[in-house]
Order: sequence, then C-alpha cells, then structure tokens
Amino acid sequence: MEKFSLLNGLVAPMDRANVDTDAIIPKQFLKSIKRTGYGPNLFDAWRYTDHGEPGMDHSKRPKNPDFVLNQARYQGAQILLARKNFGCGSSREHAPWALMDDGFRCVIAPSFADIFFNNSAKNGLLLVVLSEADIDRLFYDVASFPGFRLIVDLEKQTVSTTDASRVHHFDIDTFRKYCLLNGLDEIGLTLRHADKIRAFENQRTMQFPWYTR
Amino acid sequence: MGQTLYDKLWNSHVVHTEDDGTALLYIDRHLVHEVTSPQAYEGLKIAGRKPWRVSSVVATADHNTPTNDWHLGIAGITDPISRLQIETLDANMREYGAKVYFPFLDKRQGIVHVIGPENGATLPGMTVVCGDSHTSTHGAFACLAHGIGTSEVEHVLATQCLVQKKMQNMRVTIDGTLGRGVTAKDVVLAIIGRIGTAGGTGCAIEFAGSGIRGLSMEGRMTVCNMAIEAGARAGLVAVDETTIEYLKGRPFSPSGVEWEQAVAYWRTLVSDADAKFDREVTLRAEEIVPQVTWGTSPEMVMGIDGAVPDPDREKDAVRREGMERALAYMGLKPRTPIQDIRIDKVFIGSCTNSRIEDLRAAAAVAKGRRVAATIKVAMVVPGSGLVKAQAEKEGLDRIFREAGFDWREPGCSMCLAMNADRLEPGERCASTSNRNFEGRQGAGGRTHLVSPAMAAAAAVAGHFVDVRKLG
Repeated sequence: MEKFSLLNGLVAPMDRANVDTDAIIPKQFLKSIKRTGYGPNLFDAWRYTDHGEPGMDHSKRPKNPDFVLNQARYQGAQILLARKNFGCGSSREHAPWALMDDGFRCVIAPSFADIFFNNSAKNGLLLVVLSEADIDRLFYDVASFPGFRLIVDLEKQTVSTTDASRVHHFDIDTFRKYCLLNGLDEIGLTLRHADKIRAFENQRTMQFPWYTR
Repeated sequence: MGQTLYDKLWNSHVVHTEDDGTALLYIDRHLVHEVTSPQAYEGLKIAGRKPWRVSSVVATADHNTPTNDWHLGIAGITDPISRLQIETLDANMREYGAKVYFPFLDKRQGIVHVIGPENGATLPGMTVVCGDSHTSTHGAFACLAHGIGTSEVEHVLATQCLVQKKMQNMRVTIDGTLGRGVTAKDVVLAIIGRIGTAGGTGCAIEFAGSGIRGLSMEGRMTVCNMAIEAGARAGLVAVDETTIEYLKGRPFSPSGVEWEQAVAYWRTLVSDADAKFDREVTLRAEEIVPQVTWGTSPEMVMGIDGAVPDPDREKDAVRREGMERALAYMGLKPRTPIQDIRIDKVFIGSCTNSRIEDLRAAAAVAKGRRVAATIKVAMVVPGSGLVKAQAEKEGLDRIFREAGFDWREPGCSMCLAMNADRLEPGERCASTSNRNFEGRQGAGGRTHLVSPAMAAAAAVAGHFVDVRKLG
C-alpha cells in the first residue's frame, strides 16, 4: 500500500450528493483482472460524450467540456472535494483504484459509504470527513480561487489552507492512521496473530463443527 | 444489559481487538465470484501466500455469464474480456480449491447470493463475506454478512479474518400485516424512501416486527439484500421457525445429531428483549403500497398511486439539484402520475428478486395475459440453475413464454449489465433489481425499481399499474 503522510494538493470539486461507485467506475471496466489502468475511465459516463468500453484509446475520445474534472484549472488535482454519502453502492474496489490511478490521494466529504471507506484506506487513499458547513465553505473557496490548494497532514489530522488561515481537524482511527502513515501491508500485520486465529478456529470447530467443515 | 443479535454475532467472532477497538473478526464463509476475486488471488500469489481455510470458500461465476445460448459453452461468451475473467476464476479454483465451485454451465450455478442459501452454505450464526455489496442478503439467516472490497477478499483468503470496527445497532420494525399485492420489495423500498440511502450508514440494521416475521426466507432475503441501498453493510433478521424450516435438509446444512445441536444454538440468535439499539425506525405494514422508483437513487421512490415529485417544492439546494439532475436523466416531468410512465423493457431477476417465490409472484400476474406490444423485451432470469429447474417443474416457464416473456439462463444479467443483457440509451425499464443509478443497466438506460409482481404487471400494461387492481 502507498504511504500517506503530508499532501499539498490542488483541489477539484464534485458538487453532487450520493456519488455512487457505478458513476466513479462504470461496470464495463470491471472486467479487467488488474489493479491498475482505471484512471482514464474515472467517471467515464460523465467525462466523455461517447460510450466507453475497455480496450479503447481513451485519449482520443471526445471529452465532455461541461464535466468539472475536464476543466483546465483542475488538471493535476490530487484532492477531490465531494458531498455526502460519496462512494455509495457497489463494493467494487475499482473505485478507489480509479481515483488513485487518476492522481487523487485524498477525498474530503461530509460522509462516505462504509465499504468504499474501507476499500480506500486499504489502498492509501485518504478519506477525510469534515462538517457540512466546512465543506460548503471549501466549495466556495474552490469555485472562487483558481488554483486553490489544501494541505492535508495525516500526522496532525488537519486540513488547512496554504496560508494556514483556516485549519480543520479531522478524526481517524489510530490503527488506520498507523497503517496509512507506514504504508503497511495489513495481511502481514494480521498474520502476526496467526496463533490466536488458529486457536480461535480450533475452539470454534470443536464447539460448532458445521461452520468450518 | 441484553445483547442485540448483531452484538451476539460480533462477540462470537472476535479473535483479537486493538486498543482503538479495531478487531479481527473470524470469517466462516467466503463467497467468491469472478469479478472481485482475480486481483485478490494474484495478490496472494505474488506474496507467496496460501489460502488459510479452503473449506470456507464457495465460488461461482455469475456477473459476466450469458443468459442465453448455453449450448455454445464458453465460446458463447463473445466478449473476450468477460471470458478471460471467467477462465481466470476457473484457473484460480483449480490452483487453490474451494469447498464447492459451481462454474459457468453447472446446473447449480447461479447468483452467488442465491446459491449460498439454497445449498445451506449460509447458516445462522456465521460470518459471511463476499466481494459484493449485496452480501447483506445472507443476513436474512441471522448471520453477520457483508460486502467487502478486493483487498479484503485477499485478506480473508490469507488470514480467515477481516479487520473491522464494530458498527452501530439499528432496528427497523415493520408491524402489522402487508396488504395483498404488497411484497418484501415494497417493504424495503418504503424503508429506503423513509430513511434515505445513507440512513443506515455505519449500522447493522435488524429488520423486526410481525411484518418481517410474516415474510418467507425469500422475502427476508429481498429485504436484507437492499440494506446496503439504505447505507447499511449488513441487514439481519432473527432466527425463527421459518429460518429453521428453510434450512432443513439442504445439501450443506448439518444433519443428524449436529442438526439438533445447531438448531438449539440458532434459537439463541435473536435480540434480547432488553437489548438497546442506537437507532430505531418503525413503519406500519398496512401503510405500505406497491413502490416504484422515479429517480437515480433508490431513495427516490414513490407509491404506485403517487406522482413524480416537483423539485421546486424541495427547499434543500443540494437535494433539489439532485432531483433536477435525476429527472433530466430519467426523462420525466414533475407531477407526472407514476401510472402514466410507459416502459420499453422489463427485467425480472437479480440477487434481490430471482428466487422461486419471486418467479411465482410474477407468473401469477403473467398467467393468461400478454406482454404489451410496445415492450421490446421482457426477460425473466432465474437466480440459479436450481431455481430454474424448480420453476420449470412448476410450469412457470411455460406461463412466461406463453405471455411473451423471454425465459433465460441464470446469472446477474441486466441488474448491472456486465454481460450482453442491457438497456440502450434512453430505454426505460421496469426492473426487479436493486440499483437505479445512472447507467447501471446500460449507458443512458433508465431504471425503475419494482417488485416482481409489479414488473410483470407493467410488462402486460406497457406502463406502471397498480398490481392490486389487476384482480
């Protein structure tokens, strides 16, 4: 997993609630058996005016000029500002893969769907929850100031404007934070408890043999 | 203080807890399908790891599989990328193994959330995971079941555990008796309409009350299936006689003395009378009418006797814009009566509504009637080979065919249109699936979620009608 510590990144706005994972990465791109290469198809149905399929040369497809991420001022954005319940719907991990493949390292929203939240953490995509009021203000900032950037400091758990005039604190589980800061392989961490897992399993098999057969 | 059903399931699976409450949860059953597993098996291989307990894995190919021309075999899958994904699952099963694998073309193949329960591979008291959000379905059996991502699939394969934080307890109580023609699908759509698509975020929702206890296991699965559409990763229904009766004699259900022991334990899988829930919501069964979604989120739902809402009457700006965007996408005008919405296609199937009871309900409406001439295609896709065989034994296939429906082979099909079954841009569909998101059933396609009986009624009429008035 990619480490996350400090990010000073350009912010792009996605000003709609309940953005679902079907919108983030449409199903035709789920046929790939790889973890990479999804970036050009992030928000595919909104991003292009034609219908996309795997195997196309996406650089040659007609882009939708009205789609926010196609605007010149948001090219190279690493922080996505979003509305409530971002990432709802399907459990496809292709959603965080696509966001990261397109260069995003952090999404800031008032709330996230649970499965998307877990999937993102496992890939080093930091999800930050701020209040609706703070998010409203940030949407205003992004719209008003071309080139608007934010500094996300995971160690300090803060999101701040580059001039430090505003600093928002955010919460994160200490375990998740530890894994993100160190880019740790969670499987390796879990296997440190292999003896405990085996003991639990043996006990369970004795008590309820029909579950582990 | 008493424990909720969720508390009991959680407590009986915790292997280890970190200081911040993050826990390692032991996983009993791991359902695997072709779309979210290839990267997980690849990760396992790269790291040189082996699956922890192969007997936990029940696998099938369902998302990409075609629903016609099975006599052509694997060559019938014309999309080479779809075929590669199915062949990759075959290869992974050969290399790593499973408790049981129902490959494409097997007579027990089907949608992963249909085959688990019908084979008794989903049992009360289990933890069940799958790289698919509709894993919440299995909670109908009082097991802790939720969808996971591909990294978690790999994690469960390698460690038999999932890293989890405990969720909150939410209870949705439906008291009373459902009216004639009102089904489990209408119940869950009405719940989502009430609490919203984020209403259950961070929670496990237990569905309770006489309106839920009166449902069959099929109906309970429909309700739990869409818990995720209310934001909850897990839905739950307590064990009762209906649960136990359903499981008796299933291929992987315990038998003999073990059956008696299991049933004794399963009967404890109910919330204690004095258990505390963090959130409670109550609906009256009698007030629920057949539901139809009008927008691009399952919470955008209305009773069949209602009309498309008017965004001008919505005060919240973000919500208003969402409604306007949804109506533009759906090609609908505010205040249009739901019954005036004409449709092009009908899809009866998906992990929400493709079980035998669903097909019986749809067939009861279709019997002796004809699909309207304006309908381009009305397809019925059974949830599994076993459901299909049962339906054919009961003559339901003949009823559907005589009424002008397509009778297909099992799979996920047009619920998410990864195979060849899909909507064309602008086409409008009455669908028994679970998501009406933009493009879900095909780019530009317009989805209205309904029950199987309502879908069949719409197929016959060519537009939405109140199935209660069909007689």
